[in-house]
Amino acid sequence: MNKDFEMVIGLEVHAELKTATKIFCGCSTKFGAEPNTQCCPVCTGMPGSLPVLNLQVVDFAVKAGLATNCTIASFSKEDRKNYFYPDLPKAYQISQYDLPLCSHGWLDVETEAGSKRIGITRIHIEEDAGKLVHVEGHGTLIDCNRCGVPLIEIVSEPDIRSAEEAKAYLQKLRAILLYTGVSDCRMNEGSLRCDVNLSVRKKGSDKLGTRTEMKNLNSFAYVVKAIEYEFNRQVSVIEAGDAVVQETRRFDPATGKTSSMRSKEDADDYRYFPDPDLPPICISEEKRQELASQIPTLPDERKALYQEKYGLSPLAAEFLVMRKEIADYFEEAAALTQYPLIAANLVNSEIARLTPEEGTVPVAPAHLARLADLSGEGKLNSSMCKEVLAILFKEDQDPDALIAKGGFEQVSDEGLLRSMAKEVVASSEKILADYRSGNKKAFQALVGQMMKRTKGKGNPALIQKILKEEIGE
Amino acid sequence: MKITEMSLRQLTGALADGQVSAVEAARAYLDAVHEKEPQVGAYITLTEEAALAAAGQVDKARAAGESLHPLAGVPCGIKDNICTKGVATTCASRMLENFLPPYDATVMEKLNAAGIVMLGKTNMDEFAMGGATETSYFHTTHNPRNLSRAPGGSSGGSAAAVAANEAAFTLGSDTGGSIRQPAAFCGVVGMKPTYGLVSRYGLIAFASSLDQIGPLTRDVYSNAMVLNALVGQDKRDATSLECPTQDFTQGIEEGVQGMRFALPKEYFAQGLDPQIKAAVEAAAKKLESLGARVEEVELPDLEAALPAYYVISSAEASSNLARFDGVKYGFRAKNFTDVESLYRETRSQGFGAEVKRRIMLGSFVLSAGYYDAYYKKALQVRTLLKQRFDKIFEDHDAILAPVAPTTAYPLGQKVQNPVEVYMGDVYTVPVNIAGLPALSLPCGKDKDGLPIGMQLIGKPFGEAALYRAGYAFEQNGGALV
Repeated sequence: MNKDFEMVIGLEVHAELKTATKIFCGCSTKFGAEPNTQCCPVCTGMPGSLPVLNLQVVDFAVKAGLATNCTIASFSKEDRKNYFYPDLPKAYQISQYDLPLCSHGWLDVETEAGSKRIGITRIHIEEDAGKLVHVEGHGTLIDCNRCGVPLIEIVSEPDIRSAEEAKAYLQKLRAILLYTGVSDCRMNEGSLRCDVNLSVRKKGSDKLGTRTEMKNLNSFAYVVKAIEYEFNRQVSVIEAGDAVVQETRRFDPATGKTSSMRSKEDADDYRYFPDPDLPPICISEEKRQELASQIPTLPDERKALYQEKYGLSPLAAEFLVMRKEIADYFEEAAALTQYPLIAANLVNSEIARLTPEEGTVPVAPAHLARLADLSGEGKLNSSMCKEVLAILFKEDQDPDALIAKGGFEQVSDEGLLRSMAKEVVASSEKILADYRSGNKKAFQALVGQMMKRTKGKGNPALIQKILKEEIGE
Repeated sequence: MKITEMSLRQLTGALADGQVSAVEAARAYLDAVHEKEPQVGAYITLTEEAALAAAGQVDKARAAGESLHPLAGVPCGIKDNICTKGVATTCASRMLENFLPPYDATVMEKLNAAGIVMLGKTNMDEFAMGGATETSYFHTTHNPRNLSRAPGGSSGGSAAAVAANEAAFTLGSDTGGSIRQPAAFCGVVGMKPTYGLVSRYGLIAFASSLDQIGPLTRDVYSNAMVLNALVGQDKRDATSLECPTQDFTQGIEEGVQGMRFALPKEYFAQGLDPQIKAAVEAAAKKLESLGARVEEVELPDLEAALPAYYVISSAEASSNLARFDGVKYGFRAKNFTDVESLYRETRSQGFGAEVKRRIMLGSFVLSAGYYDAYYKKALQVRTLLKQRFDKIFEDHDAILAPVAPTTAYPLGQKVQNPVEVYMGDVYTVPVNIAGLPALSLPCGKDKDGLPIGMQLIGKPFGEAALYRAGYAFEQNGGALV
């Protein structure tokens, strides 16, 4: 990373809304159906057909706006974005141009660098296009199932300054949409996609550089890679004395590189104009309040609560709230244990990792609570906790019975540990010499040997204490 | 009386009390079609077999004692931009020459449910763009009143079919005068309803914010009968509205006593054929003699309507017609090498000159850097004109005006001069811009014996008042013989 430059990033996120039917007709939005089985004259743009707005789309978009602190427009409209492409049957996309449903919002993200507020310029509704399928020997075929699936486009301010922030923003946005229940945010099904706008400038400058756009990135990892590659590329261009060209670039996940797709000179003029088939969208104050009342507790509220109530660090709390089902699980377990902080750590380190996306935690909250208690009472060390949890994940059962059967209890017998420590110290002359010559890390090697002898069950605090005594500190 | 010479009101009566069977009516009209089509050319597609089958169904239902809609068994023609399931709907364009819609337009569902008998699809200007039905890809339609003259357009086939007794009624569509002007040229009655009164679902769009479907008939009462069958809010058309009137024939015979008509002097300005001016003024006198009050008023900025219309309608058309790209349906050029050339060749070969002209004009006015100067300005004119009309309707029930500056001109005369054709829309487009209803009906003949039309323009949902006035005028010697 070049230290003289900084990156300026704005993100455009397309999220598919979780409505049962499409935005302008009654066709199903279900993913994965046989091609062209979920379409009708309206979504395939047959001559004479007309769109009628699915009002649930508006409700969902407004909820997304309310959950991201946006101003909701009382008067909004839909516009036509005109361009030719075989996946767009009408040759125009119904979107929103100058009067989006939501604007002027923000969300807070947490990274190692601390907390930061990212502005949201606007959220508007639009229809998805179809899918082109290239079939060997048959040329290109069009699947219209996705035509007319409702989307919201969420445009951020150019407030993002690093790949980490971009990732944190996307994760937070995803969490908010999931909490609010307006989108499934399944990246593998394309229901969440991201365009990255990136420019670079000398640190300290307040002028924006020329930006490039990378379209349709469908994983957070790709977003991070694309940003890192593109930052370095633009910096090299500038340092070589050249100018960055405003263009759309393609990110290739296989190579991790971006390449030019088309420059601004051949950019389309979309000839936006208000869609005469659709009356304006008016949202009354009553309607806005009704929708606001349906917004559940959001990640940030929970995060603040966990920090305050359980003493979690901001980063740990942020991580815990990112997945609603995990946070729900934690809250149940936390209510049943004397040691919620230990429960939180177990959830963040083990449960979140072991539970698949959109899966449910197979371990009963009471069982996790019991493990946290045992750990807190010094009866189970952390590595044994993890081992027990791994077993419970495979087959949930009463942890006390399991521990009794398998012998996971912590070894806290001071006499036993001291005799082991004497042996370890006696047989580790080299390590001891190393330690005494100033390499404090060498001490961990002694602890490791103790753990080995206790088969991982030794009480870590007690081991440390006894070892120090035995080496004469 | 010959079946084809009966008014719709007479025919529905004869059908209802069994004097005429639906099959007899269908055969009579089909005979007339076969006799006259070689000269008139009102239809693009004839659906003879389906018509006789539908008529047979109606007769069977009537014999079984079922209660039928008043229009059951009435033979009619449908403009070829209204989707008819399984029946070619071409918009008179090469682009849709073989297009079979997979669904019926809402108006067709309504008419079919009523038991009408469709004889065929009527000729029109390509995609409803034109004023003489001369931009049709297929053939020219001749004015039945004088075969060397244009029938008007774009619903020229629909107007000619009614005038030639080749249908008891027809449907047309009116974006800038396309029902009213051919009605005037052919001496029939045409209604352009309030925007939103009739569902546009299944009407292949020209300019979405202006298009309305409406009926063409030989007399005013019949027109009201047909409109009854077309109206109603449609959940498939977000711009359609609830119709406040139950029955447009109700009160139609009450006369014009006490009604107030406005005569905006801007409608009688330079360029209007003096014979038409005289005929419309005579009509005003006639209405006065029947007890109405007629006042000359001002309608400022009316001259801005025509340019605003061409900006708005072309802009919308450029977008509405973009879907005809050779990918999904309709015509596809053979000589393409990639997607880009597929689009270019298909659209170059599939559209006629007038359609291309409008698409280019529309694309231009919507382009970055020109939008504000043209499209946005045109929308401002639209708002202004609505206000001007509202003002007049504060103390008038209807406006009386000519339909077109000329009577039917010779075929071929204006083909090479599009601007002159556009100028012919000067009196009809303000109604579309303002979303108002207007009834076009005959009010005389010129020295060549060609029909002269006048229009009665109403306030939104004021169709009933227009029918009432039109009926009074017609019954008191206004009708064309």
